[in-house]
Amino acid sequence: MSESFGRAFVYGDGINTDMLAPGIYMKHPIATIAAHCLESVDPDFARAVRPGDIVVAGQGFGIGSSREQAAEALKHLGVAAVLARSYGGIFYRNALNFGLPVLVCREVDRIGAGDLISVDAETGLVRNKTCGATLTAAPLPRFLLDMIADGGLVPHLEKRFAAQRAAGAAR
Amino acid sequence: MAMTLAEKLVARAAGRAQVVPGEIVTCAVDLAMIHDSGGPRRVAPILKRFGVGLWDPGKVVLISDHYVPASDDETRRIGAVTREFAAANKLAGFYDGEGICHVVLPERGHLKPGMFVVGGDSHSPTGGAFGAYMFGIGATEMAGVLATGEIWLTVPETIEIEWRGRFGDAVVAKDVMLFLCGQLGMEGGRTQAVHFRGPAIGALPMQERMTLANMTAEIGGQTGLCDPDETTAAFIRAAGAEPGDIARWQSDADAKPAERHQFDAATLTPQVAAPHSPANAAPVADHGTVKIDVAHIGACTGAKLVDLRMAAKVLKGRKVDAGVSLLVAPASRRDQDAAAADGTLQILIDAGATLLPNACGMCAGYNGTLAENVTCISSIARNFKGRMGTTSANIYLGSPYTVAASAVRGRIADPRDMLS
Ligand code: SF4
Repeated sequence: MSESFGRAFVYGDGINTDMLAPGIYMKHPIATIAAHCLESVDPDFARAVRPGDIVVAGQGFGIGSSREQAAEALKHLGVAAVLARSYGGIFYRNALNFGLPVLVCREVDRIGAGDLISVDAETGLVRNKTCGATLTAAPLPRFLLDMIADGGLVPHLEKRFAAQRAAGAAR
Repeated sequence: MAMTLAEKLVARAAGRAQVVPGEIVTCAVDLAMIHDSGGPRRVAPILKRFGVGLWDPGKVVLISDHYVPASDDETRRIGAVTREFAAANKLAGFYDGEGICHVVLPERGHLKPGMFVVGGDSHSPTGGAFGAYMFGIGATEMAGVLATGEIWLTVPETIEIEWRGRFGDAVVAKDVMLFLCGQLGMEGGRTQAVHFRGPAIGALPMQERMTLANMTAEIGGQTGLCDPDETTAAFIRAAGAEPGDIARWQSDADAKPAERHQFDAATLTPQVAAPHSPANAAPVADHGTVKIDVAHIGACTGAKLVDLRMAAKVLKGRKVDAGVSLLVAPASRRDQDAAAADGTLQILIDAGATLLPNACGMCAGYNGTLAENVTCISSIARNFKGRMGTTSANIYLGSPYTVAASAVRGRIADPRDMLS
């Protein structure tokens, strides 16, 4: 469940929230914002990316504004996980709360564009099937994996409270 | 193992003896602050989806400040939704039109050292001035906190920023933060806990420390801590609360922050940030020829009682330049009353200031905006394009001293020339 497998889309340092969710599209629905995700760095990204693919980047991924759409756009396009050396703090929280696994990985330079990689968010194990390398990322704790599996914070809590009500009714 | 103050605060909230930067923990929240903009109107629908109420209304404070006073049907509706929420829940506090949330919260004794607090506003690091771990979250996360009383957190690294010596005349917390924005850039804090230390910080009154902590948001820090001391305790007692165990909430002497920056307070000069970022800060002399149309003293970061007194020191016996409107929005009703009682307010009015309501007002352009194409110098925290509601406006940032001096001269001016 916590393992993803897909192609790597590799970018450098300083991918900010304006690149992920360009300001001029912020009034529009998430599908429109997602169609322009990362276009200023890679005009083909939104068209080329397929569900299950993985975004790989350097320092400060998601720095900038607090807009939740930066994480939501990646999620909307089906990105299964992000590997980066470091993250903008608010983006990092937003991504996990939207059910997008974002992992800190210091060895991202061992992943090339288009490499087939698998990411296990529970163990932090990253395998590069193209070059055969095994990398490590910081694993996520169980409660966050559960939240991600449920689709993020709101569905996770919805489920938790529904279960509590059901338990109360059964008593 | 030795811990920094930030680590101690997070460890206590997480129910742990020890935490290490980078690990993710779940913390129990001691207090949640929400306001009229990001509060009831955004969180109530999510709570409804959850099918639950507040985890503990006695740990929730609601403050109306962004859409106060109501100016149209939409803001009247927001006010009504906010008041309904307060009426339906027995909250720890509901302050309607009493002032700006970050100022009212400590003023009414809700903050003390050791607490773990979340606020539904990006300037929530302000509470760190009291030795509490306080930080800002969005409406979705706030709904989760209000339903569960818990939040997950990556244990932050600590960045210590030490100021040795003493600040010179008319050099204040706002200058410190504009200088740091220029030095470290807008992401300098990288969501760490910024910890302000050293004799120059210890000598600052609480409301000045609040300005430091407030603008930690501008350097990307999650919270902005100051060491709780006698000044902290006295402020809390005056607010009618008990400060608790201050000695417990100190960094261990051998704790290791991730970074340590040291500065000499005596060398700092008044700073001004040019449009459109606080990171465009430079000494005031570098902006000497810029003519201004509006001088604005407002916001949680720039219109508290200490700030109003700074402006009065410059404006006493002087008049605002004929080409400038000086707008003053005292940050809270209590601060305005205190300024009225000690003559500060009269000095401002005699100089030609126009008083605005005790609310956010023009700060985020929520309620009232700058006119088109004006040049403004303001004591608010950020000057992004469009911040005060008009994208064509040029906004400079400075301390209340610098704003007042500029109002008198009609151009950006060094307040140190006007104090003798
Ligand atoms: S005064 Fe400005 S910075 Fe402070 S809470 Fe209000 S809008 Fe935010």
